[in-house]
Amino acid sequence: MDESPQNQALARGRVRIRNARATDMEAVAAIDAVITDTPKSDYWARAYHRYATRQGRYFLVAESAGAVCGFILGEERAWEFGSPPCGWIFAIGVDPKCREGGVGTALFEAICAAMREAGMTTVRTMLARDDGLNMAFFRSQGMMGGSFIELEMPLDRGDTR
Amino acid sequence: MKLQKATQFALLAVLDLARDPDAQHSVAEIADRYGISANHLAKVLRDLGRAGLVEAVRGAGGGYRFSGNAKRTSLYDVIHLFGDTMEGEADIPAPAGATDIGAALGRVLTEVDEIAVATLKSISLATLIKSMNWMPATTSR
Repeated sequence: MDESPQNQALARGRVRIRNARATDMEAVAAIDAVITDTPKSDYWARAYHRYATRQGRYFLVAESAGAVCGFILGEERAWEFGSPPCGWIFAIGVDPKCREGGVGTALFEAICAAMREAGMTTVRTMLARDDGLNMAFFRSQGMMGGSFIELEMPLDRGDTR
Repeated sequence: MKLQKATQFALLAVLDLARDPDAQHSVAEIADRYGISANHLAKVLRDLGRAGLVEAVRGAGGGYRFSGNAKRTSLYDVIHLFGDTMEGEADIPAPAGATDIGAALGRVLTEVDEIAVATLKSISLATLIKSMNWMPATTSR
């Protein structure tokens, strides 16, 4: 971490997790663009309306020294192939300049607490097999291989029998 | 998935030492704790020492202690040190591997191996040690 006011605040444990606001989307999009190298402001504007304003959906941000330094998104899903209601996390991002300051952990713990409060007893996520950074992060939070397996196939393969 | 004995011993020893990095333990103590060959373990610990994961402590009460970075070392890193990479092990050798059945079978076995490797790469020594708190209690030292 560098010595910016934001990181000095992080070092003092002053990271605040709160519900995302429409005005956070520019910062969220900027963090995501740095991480994924794919700017997608329109997606984040839609994501705000889809996830921050509806019940059973979670869009939280981490704020340090007045600036957004991370985000996490999730939702409740139920009865997919017999799975009782559970929480799904499908995006997390921390400004690379603020990593190793506990921001990801604070976001993860906050969304888990919100899901627990809503009655969910399990939280799941799905990651690319080669996404070592996020895989190691979720493992370090206690997540393990679950009882479902992801399957996929290209739809342009032709014969699907 | 079957790991070689040396790899199993290395994982047990490095995790045992990483659990309490300030402590030092003799080869005999560690071997006794896990019911494994002290001679074989001594050789494994020398290999772990060359890799910088453990260091020998000389003198009375000497032994080994952890000297690596538990957050930055994955289970796969340790396995890889001992040559148990698992990558390519699923290949069906020619000529069977060149047949349509051999190739299809190889793809399934490769999928299993890739999941195993991704799992082992994602679990650091620190995470595995922490995970013991999340699981039902078993035999501990």
